[in-house]
Amino acid sequence: MQSEFKHLQAAHCENGVTSNLLKNIGVNITEPMAFGIGSGLFYIYIPFLKINNGPAIAFRTMPGNIFRRTCKSLGIPVVRKKFSSEKEAEKFLMECIAANQPVGCQVGVYYLTYFPKEYRFHFNAHNLIVYGKQDDNFLISDPVMENVTTLTTYELERVRFAKGPFAPKGQLYYPKKQTEVTNEQVKKAVVTGIKRNVRDMLHIPGPIAGVKGIRYTANKIKKWRDTLGLEKAGLYLAQLVRMQEEIGTGGGGFRYIYGAFLQQAQSFHPNVPLMDISKKFTQSGDLWRTAAVQASGIYKGRITAQQDFNVMADYLFEIAELEKQAFISLSKIKW
Amino acid sequence: MKKEDIPQDKSALDKFTKELCYAVDSSGNYVTELSRGWEVKATALDVAWQDIDKRISDVKQKVLNKEASPLLYFLELRLMDLIILSAYSGFWQWQIKRHMRPEVFEKLSTKKLEKYAKAFNVSVDELKTMKVNAI
Repeated sequence: MQSEFKHLQAAHCENGVTSNLLKNIGVNITEPMAFGIGSGLFYIYIPFLKINNGPAIAFRTMPGNIFRRTCKSLGIPVVRKKFSSEKEAEKFLMECIAANQPVGCQVGVYYLTYFPKEYRFHFNAHNLIVYGKQDDNFLISDPVMENVTTLTTYELERVRFAKGPFAPKGQLYYPKKQTEVTNEQVKKAVVTGIKRNVRDMLHIPGPIAGVKGIRYTANKIKKWRDTLGLEKAGLYLAQLVRMQEEIGTGGGGFRYIYGAFLQQAQSFHPNVPLMDISKKFTQSGDLWRTAAVQASGIYKGRITAQQDFNVMADYLFEIAELEKQAFISLSKIKW
Repeated sequence: MKKEDIPQDKSALDKFTKELCYAVDSSGNYVTELSRGWEVKATALDVAWQDIDKRISDVKQKVLNKEASPLLYFLELRLMDLIILSAYSGFWQWQIKRHMRPEVFEKLSTKKLEKYAKAFNVSVDELKTMKVNAI
């Protein structure tokens, strides 16, 4: 049992699953387009919450949003199911496979056997596509991997029922086949996606999210050397860099993917300066990476002075200003 | 980032996959390119694991000193926190904290020990002795 599914590698799992599932039903949406229409770009630093003994920082929107928003914007109906029992979950999955329906599954990474051990934390919002079964092996298309892979029935069940925050509860989802998506629909979806992203980055209430969240983090970083001590401050910075640059981000804290989205969106809106604004996001991604190099100097123990933390914070202030200007430019567009 | 500047450094992903990155080509258009890794983030991951390894050996010593029960050791070994262990084991967080006291752990029923062993993916014997290596 195997559908005519085509695996295409992506930078980020949810973008990739969205893009690949949509292509499978004949809707040609690239990874950057899915990310942009789903208003994927974000920043948040949640104080008091610890993840793996470090700060809780995210450079992207909540898991699940990108798929949901993209399908909704394009008028594509979605099937989404959670299960209370492993048996029910497997039964439904097998029915999908029998009907040649590739499905997106939310999974936990800790027991994901084809990932390197170093990457296997209790992160439960990873996404992959199941597109068939041979003997006891489910055929898996994990968008962040170069090639397709397999998981045994037991292995798949274990990751579908990983526990803890964001527990997937066997969740699976797919877009239903429907009539063609028109150019006009994509055009509108781009506008909706950008406007929502402007709102999230510029107007979200409170100091910890959006552009303000980047400044908030900068102010925290300045104090880390004194409040945490050098070793722990280094660990915190390492966590920031991992959230920003690790596999799944496309580099520069998703800023490059967003830049690519604006470029691709230009062809749907030839009369607005998306290409130009895209450059600001490239610049921002570059600056995030420069900041990462500075951070690495600290966690390698090569630079240790308060001044080095100040330089790190100043990069973030500069990024916040740059992204603020970029989103203001987007908000001023007359569509 | 320019396409030619995408780093190709050694990383933990070697032998598993390369990752997809976005960058601009010479005419400023976004393209994708595979990357082996970047030393800056590879070190970030190393630093995180050094910390985890230190935590594990610290709590192991604590358990050997009878300052905590083996539950604390496995909690660190399996990269869990109380929320995650509570979800996997079915115990409340306050119960787990109690069970982390050596004298309470000693008296746990086999049934309760089995629940913890399952949550940590080890046998009851391994749970008691801390003799376990693999995931």
